[in-house]
Amino acid sequence: MTGAEMLSIAAFLGGRHAQAFPSFGSERTGAPVVAFCRLDDKEIRLREPIMQPDALIIQDATLLHQVDVFSGLKKDGYILINTTRTFEALGLGEFARDFRPERLLTVPASELAMKHVGRPVPNVPLLGAFAALGGLISLDAVQAAIREKFKGAVAQGNMDAAREAYEIVMEQEKKAEAHHA
Amino acid sequence: MLEQCEGSHAVAAAVALSRPEVICAYPISPQTHIVEGLGEMVKSGALSRCEFINVESEFAAMSVAIGASAAGARAYTATASQGLLFMAEAVYNASGLGLPIVMTVANRAIGAPINIWNDHTDSMSMRDAGWLQLFAETNQEALDLHIQAFRIAEELSLPVMVCMDGFILTHAYERVDMPDQAQVDRFLPPYEPRQVLDPDEPVTIGAMVGPEAFAEVRYLAHAKQMQALDLIPQVADEFRQIFGRDSGGLVKPYRLEDAETIVIALGSVLGTIKDTVDELRSEGVKIGVLGITSFRPFPISDIRDATAHAKRIVVIEKCFAVGIGGIVSRDVRSAVRNRPQPVLTVVAGLGGRAITKASLTKLLNDAIADKLELLTFLDLDWDIVNRVLEREKKQRRSGPIAENILRDLGPSAAGA
Repeated sequence: MTGAEMLSIAAFLGGRHAQAFPSFGSERTGAPVVAFCRLDDKEIRLREPIMQPDALIIQDATLLHQVDVFSGLKKDGYILINTTRTFEALGLGEFARDFRPERLLTVPASELAMKHVGRPVPNVPLLGAFAALGGLISLDAVQAAIREKFKGAVAQGNMDAAREAYEIVMEQEKKAEAHHA
Repeated sequence: MLEQCEGSHAVAAAVALSRPEVICAYPISPQTHIVEGLGEMVKSGALSRCEFINVESEFAAMSVAIGASAAGARAYTATASQGLLFMAEAVYNASGLGLPIVMTVANRAIGAPINIWNDHTDSMSMRDAGWLQLFAETNQEALDLHIQAFRIAEELSLPVMVCMDGFILTHAYERVDMPDQAQVDRFLPPYEPRQVLDPDEPVTIGAMVGPEAFAEVRYLAHAKQMQALDLIPQVADEFRQIFGRDSGGLVKPYRLEDAETIVIALGSVLGTIKDTVDELRSEGVKIGVLGITSFRPFPISDIRDATAHAKRIVVIEKCFAVGIGGIVSRDVRSAVRNRPQPVLTVVAGLGGRAITKASLTKLLNDAIADKLELLTFLDLDWDIVNRVLEREKKQRRSGPIAENILRDLGPSAAGA
């Protein structure tokens, strides 16, 4: 849920309307959780869960084959997975062929969090990576949202992690586009 | 100032800006973040001249609020679901004594089966308890209604329940315009009690009243709620002048001009309904929405006037009176009595079942085609229902219904 909250704050700081909400299950540390975020330029009144997402951020790749995480995702949608592996290596090679390659991205967010923050909390690096995706939120807004949520060394570590994640994804996108062209 | 925050945080901040003097609460989902936030503010000193009292139960929470209010303090508490039921006796006492306590109910279903998700059954169980009940559509309105609630409660010397959808609002992050202290102070004067326990001028509060005057005391409670029908819109007007936005009031009309079909609902589902109605309007359907903000007192005249030209009324309610049907729709029927328009009851969103635009679109199209029955359960899974009925027909010891259903549904049901 923290990831969706921070995404909504970053979007808000970027001047958009944003609505973030959990799937309202019994949230326990370690249990699978879904959280939603809507972004718009006008007030968001709709309260239904998001059933056809434009973008999907997967924090835990071990859920890929347990839960139907891709349910409802549009064919021109974005997928961002926290992993050190590729879509092929995750067993998603076949599935990925239906999607636009430059919109299928991975980032080692847990490792980046370990490196910069000292704990494997992938939320913030994933947001940094998301900023590189489609330009819905800017890296600056993500950095500002981090400064709202955290203080001192933790804030700095998270900001560094977000930046590195952002750069990793930008690089992937460039490669995919070059390959495509 | 605009900020992006959780609904619970917005409400905690609004309560703090209202300068409460005693806050007492017992935690229960989905209310917890509100009182946690207030507890932190009292502890840090950000909310000064306020005592936060940890109590051992909801019954104690309301009892402490009653004592604090009778002693002249501005008192606040919050609860939900079973917590509200557990405090029920004291809920009636607070209103019977005429004490202007403000309470948030973070709306949640009532068990059994135990369910932490949203519907309106909890607040509805107390609809006749003598409290005013205001329902918030958005987090902004939840914030604003709390500030208005203290003002309304204290002017009438009656308690006010501010109802906001659990999780859907309490746990949602969205944009709110947070007022500043000077604005709130201008709107909400210090509490001037009508009755107070004061050693210098001793009084008794809570005497026994027999058949000679009990009905009169009850009638006066009703008369005061009828006064609230005038006061609530006045307070909303004044609120608009100081804070610059529309919040509160009795009802919220939306696209009612020439509407042949009018949808009535309470709380956050109004947003999804409005989006659905916009789409139907763009297809040329003459349809509008009437949100009810004040469920108690029930704005009979406003509803009667707003629906005068409608061919049909569809009431979508997140509650259900087992054995008869709708709760809100029964009150709506009394508002439109002697008129030929059908009032169709739709029970939806029980126990957190999502109310989707797709389901609403189909439902409203059925209503417009006069294909909707008087009582409809939105998205009811008939397979589940029929399987249970079959099982009960077949064997005497059919077992516990809820557990059987979960087994029928398989492992995905328990996890969610």
